Amino acid sequence: MAQNVNFDLSHPAVEAGLESPADENVVHDSFSQLIAEQSQNEGLSDAIELQHLQGNPDDDEGRDNVAYLSPSENRGWRIGSDEAAEEDNETQTDSLLKDRWSSATLKILSSMPSRTIGRSRGAIISQYYNRTTELRRRTQKRASIKDFSRSARPSIRGYGVEVDTTDSAEKKQERLVKNLQDLSAVDRMRMLKEMPLNLSEKKDLRRLTLEMTKRTRSSSNLPCCSYLKFQIILALRHSWYSCLSFLHSLQLWQMPLKRVGGRFGSGVLSYFLFLKTLLFFNVFLFLVLGSFLVVPQAVYPPELPESRKPFTGLELLTGGGYFSNTLLYYGYYSNHTLPNCPKNNSTRPECDSRSLSYNMPLAYFFTIGLSFFITCIILVYSMSKSFGQSFRIDKSNGMLAMKVFCSWDFKVIKRSSVKLLSENICTQLKELLGDTHHRLVRNTILDKLIKLLIHGLSWTLCLGATAGCVAGIYCFSDYMHKKQESSENDSEDPGLLKEASLLALPVLVSFINLMLPILFQLTAWMEKYNSPSLRTFVSLSRNLILKVSVLGVLCFHWLKRVAGSANGNKTFNCWESFVGQDLYRFLVIDFIFSLLDTLFGELLWRLFSDKVLKRNRRPGFDIAKNVLDLIYGQTLAWLGLLFTPLLPAVQILKLLLLFYIKMSSVMMNCQAPSRPYRVSQMTTIFITLLCFPSFLGSSVCVTYTMWRLPSSGSCGPFRGNKTMIQAGKQRIAELVDENRSLSFLADAHTYLVENPLFLFVGAAIFLIVIYFQSQVVDGQRKIIALLQEQIENEGEDKKFLITRLQSVHERKRTPARNLPSQDSGC
Amino acid sequence: MGTTASQLAKDSLSEYQELTFLTKQEILLAHRRFTELLDRDERNHPNPRVPMEVILTLPELKSNPFKTRICQVFSTSEDKDGSLTFEDFLDLLSAFSDSATLEIKSHYAFRIFDFDDDGTLDYGDLEKLVNCLTGETEDTRLTSEEMRQLISNILDESDIDKDGTVNLSEFQHVISRSPDFVSSFKIVL
Repeated sequence: MAQNVNFDLSHPAVEAGLESPADENVVHDSFSQLIAEQSQNEGLSDAIELQHLQGNPDDDEGRDNVAYLSPSENRGWRIGSDEAAEEDNETQTDSLLKDRWSSATLKILSSMPSRTIGRSRGAIISQYYNRTTELRRRTQKRASIKDFSRSARPSIRGYGVEVDTTDSAEKKQERLVKNLQDLSAVDRMRMLKEMPLNLSEKKDLRRLTLEMTKRTRSSSNLPCCSYLKFQIILALRHSWYSCLSFLHSLQLWQMPLKRVGGRFGSGVLSYFLFLKTLLFFNVFLFLVLGSFLVVPQAVYPPELPESRKPFTGLELLTGGGYFSNTLLYYGYYSNHTLPNCPKNNSTRPECDSRSLSYNMPLAYFFTIGLSFFITCIILVYSMSKSFGQSFRIDKSNGMLAMKVFCSWDFKVIKRSSVKLLSENICTQLKELLGDTHHRLVRNTILDKLIKLLIHGLSWTLCLGATAGCVAGIYCFSDYMHKKQESSENDSEDPGLLKEASLLALPVLVSFINLMLPILFQLTAWMEKYNSPSLRTFVSLSRNLILKVSVLGVLCFHWLKRVAGSANGNKTFNCWESFVGQDLYRFLVIDFIFSLLDTLFGELLWRLFSDKVLKRNRRPGFDIAKNVLDLIYGQTLAWLGLLFTPLLPAVQILKLLLLFYIKMSSVMMNCQAPSRPYRVSQMTTIFITLLCFPSFLGSSVCVTYTMWRLPSSGSCGPFRGNKTMIQAGKQRIAELVDENRSLSFLADAHTYLVENPLFLFVGAAIFLIVIYFQSQVVDGQRKIIALLQEQIENEGEDKKFLITRLQSVHERKRTPARNLPSQDSGC
Repeated sequence: MGTTASQLAKDSLSEYQELTFLTKQEILLAHRRFTELLDRDERNHPNPRVPMEVILTLPELKSNPFKTRICQVFSTSEDKDGSLTFEDFLDLLSAFSDSATLEIKSHYAFRIFDFDDDGTLDYGDLEKLVNCLTGETEDTRLTSEEMRQLISNILDESDIDKDGTVNLSEFQHVISRSPDFVSSFKIVL
């Protein structure tokens, strides 16, 4: 970009600027020498004036017109800043936007690398040339830190300074092509994709690179085996791409998601994406459990002790009756090797060949464990990825710039939603601007006290309501349990009413889950919060406390009461199946109540609002509440995995139906959210909630069940009153006895898993790694602060140079001021 | 090398797949939508160019306040009239696609927001940007006092070298702090 002016960028004085400031005398001297040369050099300023008189030769290929401010814009800016004119006089050299620069100075300003790096093609090519060099250097040999010049500025060391050189465009392109050729094919493609050039230029670069590659390859005779390897790699990559595009074309629900995103923006879309994620989790669980547990058991069904009850419609709700002794529940699964061949009776055809034998208890044990383990890994991975995207190292000193640059959602298509989005942004900006004022307004002590009192009151109300409802659930479940135990002693046939009474507890719990959040919302109306995100957090935490306590009391009910009363009662003889049925009921009733909630909360409210209140505002879609409901349902599904292997299938059906119902309800009844919603942060929070209270809680319950609770004696894969883990260990010991080769597994288990020293050492290493990472983060923060300071200093240098240049220029012009037409910038 | 009348050549398709962030389905869909915008006689051109007014009838761009700037940034026409060829259209979709990197998106976002095309975001650019964001109606516009305060706050926060404008690096620095940018800078056909 130094084509128009004789500023020699590769002047040794510039290079000297990168050395240690101990050489400062050298630096200053050479710069002032340069400027002194300029003032003596008439030809230089003449060249500038001559260029200006001849107009602006558009010789730079990629550069657009308008390199400098036109005089009319200058005047406009000046008028606008009249109020600030007094302050401006002192700070004249502070901004480089002053209108008193001559047009030549403005031309120099506009051709500065920092302004052209994004636009001019030559600059982009140079930038990517430097990057490919960096990449080549990194892949070929690690440059040691000693190779870089010692500099007091720690930032320059090790970071490539991406300067534009003064070569012509073709030469730059040649060098870039040569660099591209030396990279591996994957890197080359990535580099080409990431270049912000237009497609025809990228095609040229690619063509040139391929030509050069072909030339060099044909000139060097490759041995045939590496050529073959090259072809194999190409074929593999081609098949990988076609596989990826096949997966992409399978995308579920792409059109509906696009419609929702186009109308409601990213916030509501994130709910549906979360639903899709949960669906994939459940599909995975269903496939694993189905293929390892359900299918083998379905092929070799066990002998049933009692005949199956007739099918009435109530089974779909209660899960009992016809469904009780089916693949759905734990009780159906056999506790021996399939096929079940008694030692002396070999009339069954499968018993002849001993090749296929499938140890059901072991399979059950390991499948459940494995599915939980893999789900845990996937969850932790997605949580860390999501967290990594939203965590920022440097403390942001304000949100305004970020809001202005990043808040426009380009996905929104519908005109009314665009209008809403604009209003939303306007409100947020005004609020943020108001914040910077109101921070100075002090509240009186009385105000603060009243606010504190209101907050305390609402928290007490909410927590009290939660505690009351939880106690109610506890007492009611106790009552129902006792009623069921006592009714066992009656010898009458269990009628439909008795089956339906099993639904009472789920209905009560779902009712509480529906009503209490409304109460929380009402109390939130009377409170005043400083920021909308605080309001969201408070409401989220209240709902979370409610759901966690409800689930806690239910787990207590199942694991202590129901499991504890296993002895004696007929119904609770197979307590695992009973718990599985209970969980099935909870899942189905939860689904029905979500339907009711959608119906009343959205459809009827919209009709009411339209017809009766005659308002034009439709209800908004409460994203947080709906996502919490999804998480609650998924927790139930995870809890029930041990007791009901087919529960993921039920959950899949439920999620599919929920998707379509919610989608149509949202499209018909709701409007785009009027309050700001930080998508990325909320998604991180939801995934964290899915991982920590939800998954962790259910895996703790399942582990407790397997470890401590004696399994029931008459049904399921772990019959005989021992805990599941003991039964599992016994089976493994038997297996090891049969095949000596597997003894190393048992040894590994004894020495690694049960040895506390191993766990201790593992935890210590983990903590050390965390400590190192936090130190790295601290160091990076310090570097950021140093770099910012350095950039400010460079800015000062730039201003200094430009003002000196301008003053030199004006000094030259003053004697020749006879021609007023020359100076159009003032 | 342009596109034939009704179909994309296979090697063009694989070339576009390698050079842009779009998948094969997305490229084919883009080709279909692009040819729908052409007149009957234009379809036989080797490299047809669609004028800006026709591009702006696409539903994905119709209500976007930045629609004219988007067309101007991606246009390679000599007259700077915002008309797009098929390759320009692919460039547009690639920059706005799911898999485009943060750097590409921030680069093009900067160019879209740079209304006067001078390589930096100065006061006038920022003012036009805020007006586009807040909409055209009177009650959502900011007053001039608010505007001045807003822009001076923005420059305080993002102008690191204190030259009164936001250049590309400073813009990218601000963008990198916002995790929502990548998901909101998306247009899907």
